[in-house]
Amino acid sequence: MNITLKIPNTIIAMLKLTLTLTIVLTYSLTINPLMGQTVAINGAGATFPYPIYIKWFSEYQKEVSNVKFNYQPMGSSGGVRQLFSQTIDFAASDVPVSVEEIKSKKLEWNILQIPTVLGSVVIVYNLNEKNVKLDGNTLSNIFKGKIKKWDDQLIASLNPGIKLPNKEILVVHRSDGSGTTEIFTNYLSMVSIDWKSSPGSGKALSWPTGIGAKGNDGISAMIKQTPGSIGYVEYAFAVNNNLSMVALKNSSGKFVTPSINAMVKAASELKNVSQISQIDIQNLDANKMNILNISGDESYPITSFTYILIPNKKQNEKIEHLKKFIRWALDNKGQKMTNALSYAPLPEELRKKFIDSI
Amino acid sequence: MKLTTRLEERLGISLIYICVSVVVVLIFVMIVLLFKMSFISMSKFGLNFITSTTWNPVEEQFGALPFIYGTILTSILSLTIALPFGILSAIFVTELGPKRLRNILGTSIDLIAAIPSIVFGMWGLFYLVPFIRDTLTPILTKFLGFLPLFQGSSFGISILAATLILSIMIIPTISSLCREIFLSVPVTYKEAALALGATPWEKIKFAVLKPSLTGIVGAAGLALARALGETMAVVMVIGNSPQISLSLLAPGATMASILANEYAEATTDLHLASLCYMASLLFIITMIVNSASHFIIKYFKPKAFAR
Repeated sequence: MNITLKIPNTIIAMLKLTLTLTIVLTYSLTINPLMGQTVAINGAGATFPYPIYIKWFSEYQKEVSNVKFNYQPMGSSGGVRQLFSQTIDFAASDVPVSVEEIKSKKLEWNILQIPTVLGSVVIVYNLNEKNVKLDGNTLSNIFKGKIKKWDDQLIASLNPGIKLPNKEILVVHRSDGSGTTEIFTNYLSMVSIDWKSSPGSGKALSWPTGIGAKGNDGISAMIKQTPGSIGYVEYAFAVNNNLSMVALKNSSGKFVTPSINAMVKAASELKNVSQISQIDIQNLDANKMNILNISGDESYPITSFTYILIPNKKQNEKIEHLKKFIRWALDNKGQKMTNALSYAPLPEELRKKFIDSI
Repeated sequence: MKLTTRLEERLGISLIYICVSVVVVLIFVMIVLLFKMSFISMSKFGLNFITSTTWNPVEEQFGALPFIYGTILTSILSLTIALPFGILSAIFVTELGPKRLRNILGTSIDLIAAIPSIVFGMWGLFYLVPFIRDTLTPILTKFLGFLPLFQGSSFGISILAATLILSIMIIPTISSLCREIFLSVPVTYKEAALALGATPWEKIKFAVLKPSLTGIVGAAGLALARALGETMAVVMVIGNSPQISLSLLAPGATMASILANEYAEATTDLHLASLCYMASLLFIITMIVNSASHFIIKYFKPKAFAR
């Protein structure tokens, strides 16, 4: 009796096992390969290039369907910090990280910093009078609170033919820490020793005067509705909000109104800073990429590159995908998408160098 | 049958214990983490952090006084403005208004509390700020300009704007708490007052407001705690300038606003730690205000209630 009972039990157990195995095997054979093919690449960082990156990601995914990008526009420092702690695959920053800082982190791999597009920080204002011109020194005095009225002698002498109102100037700066602020204050520190000594430059600083508004959109809104105000935003925000932009005197003594062409021209003068062929891609030196206050008849002086940072890990699937994407973005197709979103493409020679060597 | 009920009993009770301990542990973990993250700053600046007025991320000098000042000033002023509106609207809803209107009014006041604070901020930036700049400031400086409170030029973005936004935001808190308190006053009080020949106002004064006094203080405390921590709407209208100015027309900054502004892009470790230090201070202030008001509500019940 016992024996006859035991046999069916074993058979049932074996049947159960085979059934489970079949289910598991079919699952792993049919569904898993499909899922395994899509690579998710996570990034975080600068808000400034967010619109163009989103555009690139979606266009790229149309061509290469097995890569999926996620990007959190949390700010440059946040992105870089996350990259160092290895919680993301790539970071984006408006300002390159210094070679010393990367070395101090003692990472196992090097970090590649690749310029992707050009952008400008523009000075916007709200006055009935258009075509206001300023130079770096006057701009620094306005943001230091030393020039308090629009009809000040220093401003008037730069603007012959414009009747400036006897109106108080309201300086609007960013209240949140921002790469835009760092680029702007780096420029002010380059053109004014007074500014360099105090308050200096950084993502957030102790502003001598004015009010703080949150984000490029916050500044744009303030400028739009406050007569007599002056502030700084990224070029795209000035264009989209139809704000008046200051023509800024560059180091060649020419007043240049911000435009995509003026950014391209500024970048084409990069050769004055460094020989492109001598730029070390493995250890990108921030100073050799600095085109702030560059000379040239048509160069807009507050123009800079924005960067993607990737850890140069060897034989890593995600990194290979990232590099492929960056080569695509730096090539003609990707760079052509920049203008519509108010960015400027990189100089040809520079992007060729990066395409060839990363 | 018996087994399953016993099992259910055990499961239910242990579920309660688990949930409670998760909440308590979470709070403690948050406090410990906050203090741990602010350690560098605490050891460097100590208590000078509270009294120093410089906030300079470039030179790594950090002091919280302008932010503490801005936080306390805006919160207390907005409470002063909101308190009469909150209490009087609660009286209307519970005592005076026509029965049909009461529900509608009560709900619509509560609805203010459901508006996201970013919407308040945008409304403040696009409507309140121009109104303050073009209409309110000229009137204030003309009639009250001799007071240091209303001196200097104004661009609308100011402590005043933040105060007004905050007071609108905390009116529903005060109003709905006061409604509950007024409804809890025994009806016999009101009937007794009326029987003694009290007028409607006297009834409200002696049979509604007086026995509710401690409750109102508690409600004010809870509203104050909300004003202390409010962030987004304040960031958008206060001007974010860390200065201590007597004038309400000048820009200012609050502890919550500097956290929202600089935390994401803090560059150095000391900067980050100082922001965490600020968060701990805000946490302590809010906790004191909150527990004090709970304490008042609980232990200072009017004598008549005790019986």
